[in-house]
Order: sequence, then C-alpha cells, then structure tokens
Amino acid sequence: MNGITLTLRTLHRGERHLAHDLVTVAERHRTEHEVHHVATDLAGWSREHVRRLAEVAAHRDVRLGDPPGTSPDGLFATLREKASEAVVHRPEPGLLLLRDLRELHVAAAENSLHWEMLAQAAQASRNSELLGLASACHPRTLRQMRWTNTMVKNLSPQILNSL
Amino acid sequence: MEEATDRIARPWGGRTPYGRHETWPARVDTFLAQGVDPSAVQRWVQSASILHSDGDAMDIAVADGRMVGVRGRDVDRVNRGRLGPKDLYGWQANASRDRLTRPLVRRDGRLVETDWDTAMDLVASRSRELLDERGPGSIGFYTSGQLFLEEYYTLAVLARAGIGTNHLDGNTRLCTSTAAEALKETFGCDGQPGSYDDFDHADVIALYGHNIAETQPVQWMRLLDRLEGADPPRLLCVDPRPTKVARHATVHLAPRGGTNVALLNALLHETIRHDRLDRDFISAHTVGFEELAERVAGCTAEWAADICDVPAARIEEAAELVGTTDALVSTVLQGVYQSHQATAAAVQINNLHLIRGMLGRPGAGLLQMNGQPTAQNTRECGANGDLPGFRNWQNDSHVADLAKVWNVEPERIPHYAPPTHAMQMYRYAEQGSIRMLWISGTNPAVSLPELSRIRSILTQKRLFTVVQDLFLTETAQLADVVLPAATWGEKTGALTNADRTVHLSEKAVEPPGEAKPDLDIFLDYARRMDFRDKDGGPLITWDDPESAFEAWKRCSAGRPCDYTGLTYAKLRDTSGIQWPCDEDAPEGTARLYTDGISWAHPDLCESYGKDLETGASQEVVEYRSLNPDGKAMLKAAAYLPPHEEPDEEYPFQLTTGRTVYHFHTRTKTGRAPQLRDAAPDVWVEISTEDADRLGLAEGDLVEVASRRGALHGRLRVTGIRPGLLFVPFHYGYWDTGNGSGPGPDTPGRAANETTVTDWDPASKQPLFKTSTASLTLVERGDGSPSPAPTTTASAPASAGAARPTEGGEAAYTAQVPAPFPHGREEGAQ
Repeated sequence: MNGITLTLRTLHRGERHLAHDLVTVAERHRTEHEVHHVATDLAGWSREHVRRLAEVAAHRDVRLGDPPGTSPDGLFATLREKASEAVVHRPEPGLLLLRDLRELHVAAAENSLHWEMLAQAAQASRNSELLGLASACHPRTLRQMRWTNTMVKNLSPQILNSL
Repeated sequence: MEEATDRIARPWGGRTPYGRHETWPARVDTFLAQGVDPSAVQRWVQSASILHSDGDAMDIAVADGRMVGVRGRDVDRVNRGRLGPKDLYGWQANASRDRLTRPLVRRDGRLVETDWDTAMDLVASRSRELLDERGPGSIGFYTSGQLFLEEYYTLAVLARAGIGTNHLDGNTRLCTSTAAEALKETFGCDGQPGSYDDFDHADVIALYGHNIAETQPVQWMRLLDRLEGADPPRLLCVDPRPTKVARHATVHLAPRGGTNVALLNALLHETIRHDRLDRDFISAHTVGFEELAERVAGCTAEWAADICDVPAARIEEAAELVGTTDALVSTVLQGVYQSHQATAAAVQINNLHLIRGMLGRPGAGLLQMNGQPTAQNTRECGANGDLPGFRNWQNDSHVADLAKVWNVEPERIPHYAPPTHAMQMYRYAEQGSIRMLWISGTNPAVSLPELSRIRSILTQKRLFTVVQDLFLTETAQLADVVLPAATWGEKTGALTNADRTVHLSEKAVEPPGEAKPDLDIFLDYARRMDFRDKDGGPLITWDDPESAFEAWKRCSAGRPCDYTGLTYAKLRDTSGIQWPCDEDAPEGTARLYTDGISWAHPDLCESYGKDLETGASQEVVEYRSLNPDGKAMLKAAAYLPPHEEPDEEYPFQLTTGRTVYHFHTRTKTGRAPQLRDAAPDVWVEISTEDADRLGLAEGDLVEVASRRGALHGRLRVTGIRPGLLFVPFHYGYWDTGNGSGPGPDTPGRAANETTVTDWDPASKQPLFKTSTASLTLVERGDGSPSPAPTTTASAPASAGAARPTEGGEAAYTAQVPAPFPHGREEGAQ
C-alpha cells in the first residue's frame, strides 16, 4: 500500500466518523435547534466526501465502504433525542454541548490536515484527479471547522458563566 | 375617480394612472369616524403609520381631546396622500375600552392592579438581585418593530452599557433580520440601497416572496397606477399563492416551498449563460464574480425546474425578463426571509443586480424590504443584534468609538460575541440562564414558532417576565409585571420606513389612565437603576423625545445612517426625509451606492460576513483578503433541501403569512371594527386540486396538524399551488375568551401552534414557511363560507363561493385627487 492509498483510507475513515458524529450530536442536542439543523446539513457534506473518496479509490482498485446512513443507530438515536427533550429546562447539557462541539472541531481539523497532505502529494505526483478531489472537498471541511469554532465562541460566554 | 369609497371592499381605492418617468399624482385619502363632520376637527397632528413598513405619512384628526380620524399627507413623497386600510381604520383601537390603564403585578398567581412606583420598584429590585447573584447575562430584553427611534436608542444604551448584557433583540428578528443580513453580506453594511421612487422609473419590477398588495398596500397603489399608465412596468412574481401581484404579473412562478436558492441560482445561471452582464460594473464594483459563475455553472433551468416544480420554460422567461431590461427594481420579503436558506436566497437577488449593474440610479434599485414599520430604527439604534449606528462588534475601533459616545470604558459594552438573537434568548430562558425577560411592544406568545414551547418558557416560575404593552395580550397574561404603555398618537417620536425615510409622529391625545410612553418607562427604569458613565455622571442624559433624538444624532454622526442634518423642526417643515442626512446631504439621500460601494471597506464595514450555509462568522483577516478595497461581494450558495419534507403522515407543505386587514398579532387591527369584520377568524387555504382529491369544500372545518401542534380553521379553496396549505398568522386567543392559549374547549387557532423551531443560520430569522402538516376534516361546513376575505390572495377559486368582503358605510373613505405640492419629482437627488 503506498502513501496515497493510506491517506485515502485515513480520510475515508475520518470523514465517516465525522458524518456519524455530526448526526449523533444533532440527535443529542435536538433542543439546540441551530446545532441540530446545521449539524444535520453538515453531515451531508461528509457523507458526500466519503462517496467521492470511495469513487477515486476504486479507480486505484482500492475498495472503501459506503457512507453511513442519515441516522446510524435507530434505537440509540431515539434515546438520544428523548434524553435531550427530557433535560430541555436544565443548564448542564450546555457543558456537554460545548464538549461535543469541541470534539467535532478537532475531528474536522484532523480531516483538514489529511486533505492538505493529500493535496500536497497530488501536486507532487501531478495527479489531477486527486488534486480535484482535495480541492473540491477541503474547503467544506474548513467550513465545518469554522462553524464549530463560531458556535463555541458564541455559546461559551453564557454557558460557562451561568453554571 | 369617485369621491368616497368602501376601502374594505376596495383596499387600494381608485386609480390615478401615470406614465413611466412621470410624477406619481397625489390623492388625499381621509377617513373620519361616522358622524364626525370635517368642520368639527379642531387640530390635524402630523404622524406616519406604524402598521406596516411603508411609513405612510398622515395627519391625525383631533376633536375635544379625542382622535376622530386620519388624512394622508399629500406633501409626502412616500404615499402622496394615500392611506391603506390599516392606516385608515387601525387608529380606532387606541380608544378601546380594554386598554391597560394601570400597572399590574402577579400576586398569588393572579395579576392585580398596582401603582407605578410599586411596579417599577419590583422590576428594578429584581434586576439588581440578578445582577448581584448571576451577572448581566441573566437579563434579556426583547423589543418590537413598532416603537419609536428615541425609545430603541434609550433601550440600547441602558441594556448594553447600563446592564451590560448582550441579550437585546427586536421582534424585527422575525421579519427583517434577513434583509439586514443580506445587505451586510453583499455591501458590508445595512441600509436599503434603493428608494420607493424607483417604482416610477422601473421597466421590470421583480417581487420575490413579496405580496406587496397586502403588506405595503400604498406602494401597490403606485404600481397599479403605473400599470394603467403609459409604458407600464412588467412584473415578475415569485409566490406560491395567487396574490394580486401574481394576477398582474407578466411571469408568475409558484415554486415549491424552500427552493428559492435553486430558482435564483438558475436565474443567475441563465443571466451569465446569455452574457446579460455589465462587465464594467462587475470589475469596478464587485469581487467574487468568477466563483459565483463557477458555482452556478450547473444550475440550469431544467435542474431548477425539477427541484422547484416550475416549468423550465417559465424560469427561462423570468430570466429573460430580469436579464434584458434597462431598469430593474427587485423587492424581497417574507417568502424569502422566512423560508429555508433565507439569507442565501436574498443575497442571490443582490447578486443578480450587481452582475447586471442595476444599482444606484433611478429605476435600477434593490429593496430588501422590512415587515415591521420601525424595523429600520430597531436595526440602526442597535436594539436588535447589532451595535448602534451599524458599528461592527468585531472591530475594536468601532466599539471604542461607541464607548466614547456613551462616555464609558469599551469593556463595558459586551462585544465578545455577536449580540444574542431572539431565538437564542428564548433558549437561554428555557435552560434557565436568562432569569429576567423584559418584553416591550410585542407578543411572542402568538408570534414565535412552536407556541406550546414558548408558553412553557414564559410560564416558568424561575423566569421573571416584564411585559410592556397597550393591552393584556396573550403574552401579558403570562407576565409577572405588566406595564401599560402609551402608543402612536399618544406620544412623540421619529420613525424610519423601509426606504430610509424618517418621519416625525407627534402626540395628538393623552394616553388612557396612567399609561406612559415607552420612553418614559425606560427612563424611569434607568433612573431607578442609577446607571452611571465612567466619570460618575448619569449614563442617560436625556429626558424627553427631542433630547433623545439629539443624543441619537451624536451616535449616528459619521455612520451610514447619519441623522445629523435632521431636527424635529425640519421634519415638521418638510415631512419625510431619507437618511443619510448631514452637512453634505441636507435634503437627505434618495439612493445609496450611486458612486460605488461606500461602506464595505474592512475598516468601515458593519460585519465581516458569515458563511451563508452554516452561519459561521468570518474574521477580519479573511475579509481583508477577500475584499481589500471594500467592493460589493458576490457570494454564492449551494441549494440545500429543506429540513422538513412532506411524508405520509404530514403530506402537505405549510406556509403562513400576513394579509391586508391584519397586523402583528391583531392587537390593534383586531380591535378596529372594519378590519376585524373583514377577516374575523383564522382560515386554511387549499388548492382546488387537493380539495377535490380529498373531497373537501369551502367552509369545511379542518384540523391542520404538525409535529408541534394543531389548529382548527375553515377551509378556503383557492388557486394556491397544489401540495401547499396557507394559514394567516397571528390569530391568537385574546378574543376567544380563553386568554393566552388553546384550552379544553378552545382548539388551537394560531398558525404558530404548528410552525417549526428552525432559523436561518446566517440571519437567525425563524422559518415560518417551511413546516409540513396533515389536514383532516373536523366537521362539514353548513354552507357558510370560510371567514377569509375575497378581495385578496385568499379570493375563492370559484367566483361566488363566498359573499364579497365589504365594509359598508362604516368604511366609507374620501379620496380626493390633489396636485403633488413638491415642485420636484423626488424628495432628494
């Protein structure tokens, strides 16, 4: 396995994880309406990245899996949503929300670095397909990071000062 | 033109046709209460309407200390003497017997009368307790789009520099925050580029989700007059309902709910494909064209036709209409702002104007409209999610400048994050971190989405709620303290309409009982809280409307909304004047951006912008690299599917909206007999196709239910697009005998029982037009029609299905043609 295949695999795993985590966070924070809706939309981006990564890998005879579904684990998803509704009047889930947003941010940052590595390798090997893939997907990864960063910035003052 | 007409039956009155580039003739509309002879009027007091964002200039007739009627001001360029139905009849609500006349406080679970001192002491002492125990973040203020400039400014100073809270927003969040955000995204700064006068010169007028006939009826009269004159304009209407605009349109598109970005991207695609571009304008005044062109490259008319469920050929016709004219005016309102991807869609309309160079000259303009009458003041004074004077919270020098105006340390003004938007404030209250909410001049228990949630937030024991209003509204009934406010005609102040025209509205009569102007209430609170500046002097140094206006002028100096050239005396002399009005433009400014983009420079701009799809804030570094010279920004956005799509359980899309006879939660319009009787109760609109398929008919009582809640209404079968239901918003419960919400014997009535809690990530405007719903028959009609008016978009599909809406003699209004007294065609050049 060469380095590019390795990077494709790593990114594929990273984007799968991020898609899954975004959906999980959306469900866990159903009563944080903006987080719920935007995280759901952003999970769509990562799912598309997974699809495109699998497509490009297939051209190199590497089989990577499909993206996760929109709701990965039915019963647990329902439990997460119910749990968030049960604590709708409690302040503590705010802390959990900040932790979740932070982890999404770190996961997206990791993906971002891998996209960077892939783009660099693609340039060096003059591989236009890989470069096209990285330049199509990387900006959206950066936007995912910017979103989590904005949410943490906007929510921290109130959540941390009111506990 | 006849001299008297029933303006309920004919909301837009008679016609005064005029040709393109001519002056809109004046016509003076006068309505006096029945039995009042014109000679009995003792005084005419100058004012302007606060029942929609037109700001129609009018005089209030006074006899024996009472309001007895109104008359349009022919000297004013906004309405040239005309008045809409809400202007003509709405004032009567002021004299309703159920006005609040004394403060109320909750004791043992019930609201009981008390005196001002007791009520205000309670508010001040609770504020101090919370400040001591939990800090300024525990107090929030939620205001209106119907107070006066002086009141918003005073509230902004006391909330931001007095309390030091970041939680201050207006209900303009529900109607106009997307207009502001779209202007900031494109031009770096809020402020309407165009002027209503552009309607006189336009060749094509595109109305996106803007039922102007019902929301701004006087400007619709202007369009009707032009349609009957020489060289009439052609209209493009984007609306799923058969509005009056749609009936007069050259091209009418009725897209599926939530697909505006797809449609607009296709219009941009077609415009670029046919090279209908002003390349000189693009290169001189914009950045981002290449990226925009690339992002819409695949957005063909066929692609959008599938998503929007509109024939591709119609989209191409629409693109040709807006792409080939030499003078295009576009207006945008709630069909865009309250729908999915609100800001992204509104920005694409800006883009269309920029790439066609349709900006800054007569007949080439852009009106990102307002829904609320004084929304512009809420925005410019910083009583919404911005700092006063369109200052940028992310720019330390702007904050320092504001701190200098207020004579406080910059740290005193919260600017670590964007000012909290209303929907987030309610979330903080729900979670318990906001413990006091002061609601002035608005009625969230009817106007916010998902009402059962809002009621559960407002009725929490730990939340101390202050409500300041004219009546015991649905919200006031849930409050801990209710403060009786004076209103329009009972107090003096300035107000600014959607095209930046500032009017003065003077006190005509005394308020009832002990009711007080909102300004006096805020000033009283500031005194009790003893807010100080950094030298120990009082933070708020003014004590009446005129001194508050002078204080605001100092805050606005040098900013885009510069008021320094205005005085109360000048506004009395000349009627409406458009800001900026300063030394350089003493007569005001008809159009912004006549010589290029002026406020988008990184050092000047109000905002560094946001990601249109995620709402993520941009930082100054990115902004500088994107737009170092401060040009207009062409920002692309991809279409995303709506968050709720019809399914088996909820097969319909549901949209809500305002109609010509009612305004914000009907607090006033529901108490004006002619307006109340024209549309007395909620109704449900359905398409002929869907009604036939389901075996339902006019007048059937149905239940509209969503995942959030349900309402009952009688069915009106219209030409609305199939698959869509429409419910007029803001029918509440105060006139149902059940108080503040549905009860065991009172089914849901408010549209917002059903709407989803979801908002545009960039503008934070709640989405009232993207829910899904089910429809079930409750009871067959007994042959009587639904209470929907027949004169408007809710007209029945088959003529004769309902008795025509009329007001009869009680609605007779004089309309007299008059010369427009100004020698020139426009207020300012």
